[in-house]
Amino acid sequence: MSDIVIRVENLGKRYEIGHLDPTGYRTGLRHAIQDALTAPFRRLTGDRGSEASRKRAAREVFWALRAIDFEVRRGDVVGVIGRNGAGKSTLLKILSRITEPTIGRIGLKGRVASLLEVGTGFHPELTGRENIYLNGAILGMSRAEVKSKFDEIVAFSGVEKFLDTPVKRYSSGMYVRLAFSVAAHLEPEILIIDEVLAVGDSEFQKKCLGKMRDVASDGRTVLFVSHNMAAVAALCSETLLMDRGGLHFAGGVEAGITAYRNLVSSQVDRWRWSSGPGREIGNERIALRAVTVEPVDPMQDRESTSTALKVVIDYEVLAVLSGVTPFLFLVDDLGTEIFNSVDLPSAVATPDRFLMGDLQPGHYRSVCTLPGDFLNEREYGIKVGFNTSGTHFEFVSREILRICFAQTQTMRAEYSGRWPGMIRPRLGWVSAPRCSEDVSDLHERTERGDARIS
Amino acid sequence: MTEDSGRKRSPAPASGPKGSPEDAGFDIWLEAGRTEKHYWRDLWRYRELFAILAWRDVAVRYKQTVAGAAWALLQPFLTMVIMTFVFGRVAGLPSQGAAPYAILVFAGMLPWQFFASSLSSSSQSLVGNANLISKVYFPRMIVPVSAVVVACIDFLVSFLILAALMLWYRFCPDTRILLLPAFVLLAFLASLGPGLILTALNVRYRDFRFVIPFIVQFGLYVSPVGFSTEVIRNRFGETGVLLYSLNPMVGVIDGFRWAILGGESAIYFPGLVVSLLTVTILLVLGIWYFRKTERTFADVI
Repeated sequence: MSDIVIRVENLGKRYEIGHLDPTGYRTGLRHAIQDALTAPFRRLTGDRGSEASRKRAAREVFWALRAIDFEVRRGDVVGVIGRNGAGKSTLLKILSRITEPTIGRIGLKGRVASLLEVGTGFHPELTGRENIYLNGAILGMSRAEVKSKFDEIVAFSGVEKFLDTPVKRYSSGMYVRLAFSVAAHLEPEILIIDEVLAVGDSEFQKKCLGKMRDVASDGRTVLFVSHNMAAVAALCSETLLMDRGGLHFAGGVEAGITAYRNLVSSQVDRWRWSSGPGREIGNERIALRAVTVEPVDPMQDRESTSTALKVVIDYEVLAVLSGVTPFLFLVDDLGTEIFNSVDLPSAVATPDRFLMGDLQPGHYRSVCTLPGDFLNEREYGIKVGFNTSGTHFEFVSREILRICFAQTQTMRAEYSGRWPGMIRPRLGWVSAPRCSEDVSDLHERTERGDARIS
Repeated sequence: MTEDSGRKRSPAPASGPKGSPEDAGFDIWLEAGRTEKHYWRDLWRYRELFAILAWRDVAVRYKQTVAGAAWALLQPFLTMVIMTFVFGRVAGLPSQGAAPYAILVFAGMLPWQFFASSLSSSSQSLVGNANLISKVYFPRMIVPVSAVVVACIDFLVSFLILAALMLWYRFCPDTRILLLPAFVLLAFLASLGPGLILTALNVRYRDFRFVIPFIVQFGLYVSPVGFSTEVIRNRFGETGVLLYSLNPMVGVIDGFRWAILGGESAIYFPGLVVSLLTVTILLVLGIWYFRKTERTFADVI
């Protein structure tokens, strides 16, 4: 018996987009009756230029999905990723049998449960207890199944006290927690999830991620749509990257995320960003003009991790401001912040900066240095922002530019390649044979020259 | 020292040709226009959802009302009082045999109110549950059918009024009342057929939201609710009654009266057959049209 639980063959889904029509809405009964009544005559006269058929021609056809082929094996946790409008949700809707494909077909093995929304079918007038049963049934659980897991569900949600209160009186957080708890106790062979982790506070999200990991480790198959690459990386073993209705990439999670990043980064600048019409960043007090990352020593290769880099931030101050402090974030390829650095010299050391320093409107430049042998051979993004008066937050940009260090494995001998971790700082190390527990002994031996110093 | 070593199998593009022997391994194939082989079995499998949806609608119905479930009794009772007054006293229409006019009216109103409320609630049911339709799979027929079942519960509650009326008028039904459940079933099926058609139509054409109240209002006067079918026979003769019986509710209401009033009230068999036929045709048509369109509900709702 084959291990494949989902097989998608040449799948396509077509939608007809009705254009705004001055005579009424597209799905109107009048059109249907008119079309039905005039159809025999049109056929009779072969009249293809009639008003009705011209109207039909104005109906635009849109393929939300086209020529999708893939297979999913039992126990795979597949992240379905892609930009907005790539067709992810349509694919999920077809897989969960909510809508049918226009062409192609899908083979499924085992019970499928889909979770396209948290709390589907929750009724505001019913109590938490009643909604657990209702929602369970909607998600495909039997009454006995819900009953046996009831305590677990309630404990997971943490709303024990309000079980007999109508959910319309719940806070939105309680509502979502209860809803997810029901869903988390589903036990289908194939679970389809759409973006449900984007809810609740961060602690509850962590709990959800943990629960999903349990589901996955049970050998069940999970399809998980998300824009949150960190969650995809944490949960999934495989990825399907969708783009404009097609399957752009299918493969391991790391390669998939890289491919996604590349797809998205066609819109993000590399090494240099500058302001321009439609891409202004700032507020009415400070405007960011340009950000450039370049080697401190212009002779060195900027794509080598051993090169020291400087981040040059050009900005314009538009009002008289005191204590303008630029800062930057270095983020990884998943958008997770690695560190934040602020141009914040000690107020004690340079008091005049805060006591005296009103900046007059005009152009300014700040430079931040990133040491060599500090970053890893991977891609990073940079976000830039400003504070005034030392701590008053002005704004922070999105990830405006990206820097990437080439993987030049053979060129630089032992200190090369992509190492685990977000950064790869070269730190000082001392190693020596050790005979005694006494640390001062090691120092002595080091001083006597017995030990190797690297 | 790369992380790539941790990479696992990838979902490879499907390679098997169509119709390969592996087909058998899959429980289900989703395909355009594929009629579900196990439609009725699926419907049965989702019976718990069906029950819980019906329960939800009942539970929610009288929440935050003062009179609560009394509304289920008050409405038909007041309607009956007015109809008895208008048709029995003002218009002076004859009853059937010795039965009090109020019971005659109520025996007709029971199935009519059921028909009217199941028609309006089922046709709104899918649109009202649009969030479910667009987010979860289940056989869509569950929703309108459960709406009809909810209407059926009000219907059964109204029987209490009938019992009270019978006590009040000291009217004793004969053994024919044992056949009443058969007519209740007929009323159910007669409501289901048009209900399914209108539900499916209302998903695509919201025009029906305005058509249905009209059908209900209009239907009250073209069905023998406030008067007996005898009145039609006396005015328009046999052919008139046969044509009149094309209205499926004529057969249902006459059946109710026959079973409840007993005694001299007779059932007109050719008329009943015509009504039965209409009910069957509407039911088959309803199921066919519903199943034909239900796969696209999520796209157009």
